[in-house]
Amino acid sequence: MTESADTQARQIAVEARDRIRFEEEALELADQVYRVARRLVRTKEEAEDLMQETYARAFRSWRSFTPGTNLRAWLLRILTNLNIDRGRRVQREPDVGHLEEGDYFLYNRLEEATGASDEERVVERLSQDDVVGALSEVPHDFRDAIVLVDIGDFSYQEAAQILGIPVGTVMSRLHRGRRILKRELAETAVGGA
Amino acid sequence: MAAYDPCVWCEEVLQPYLDRHLSERERVEAQAHLDSCGYCAKRYRFEANLRQFVRQAAVEEMAPELKQKLSALRTPLL
Repeated sequence: MTESADTQARQIAVEARDRIRFEEEALELADQVYRVARRLVRTKEEAEDLMQETYARAFRSWRSFTPGTNLRAWLLRILTNLNIDRGRRVQREPDVGHLEEGDYFLYNRLEEATGASDEERVVERLSQDDVVGALSEVPHDFRDAIVLVDIGDFSYQEAAQILGIPVGTVMSRLHRGRRILKRELAETAVGGA
Repeated sequence: MAAYDPCVWCEEVLQPYLDRHLSERERVEAQAHLDSCGYCAKRYRFEANLRQFVRQAAVEEMAPELKQKLSALRTPLL
């Protein structure tokens, strides 16, 4: 075996090892990635398709991942881009007429409806279905921010990188999105105003 | 300048307070208000509980079949 052939063989072996390591690490994160993916879209089927497209793309372009950086964020960047590229349904315009509800609105509505003035009992009034349903009613842009930060535990900076938008935009979408979510929860749990 | 209502201000800073994104001066001011105002303190505790509840309620685990499909997407070894 010539020296250059030997070097080449070694390079191939190193490359294969790096790729396998990357694939294993990506697969270990699949549960966490799915938890976020599942709430970015409406149905389980959409989430599953998105996961498969994301992993297919990640495995193809693994060389563009910088080892030592946040792999979960890198995978979600691919996933959110694919989700947007899929031409998700036309954005339903937020019902601006009700957007002025403040952060105490949901509590006030629930307290009024339950007659209980104890925050533990008031939160018990909400069910898992209420949360899932209300979240799916939040317009995409706002929901993306909530899902990444409040469910995926990403920082504002990471969410900004994943979504490709400025940090200030993440913050304003998150704040407004949480208020929209609470308004939707109030409607789901207590009924329309 | 409009009349300053501490509860209105406190509602306004609820999210940055819980996100730990308030300046130190604002955080101290909010804390002082919460220590003396049961109305706002109760609503802050509710918000903290709500966030935890949303996080738990939103979890739906991946189907084992999907995990197998993802593994199958790996580059085959030569």
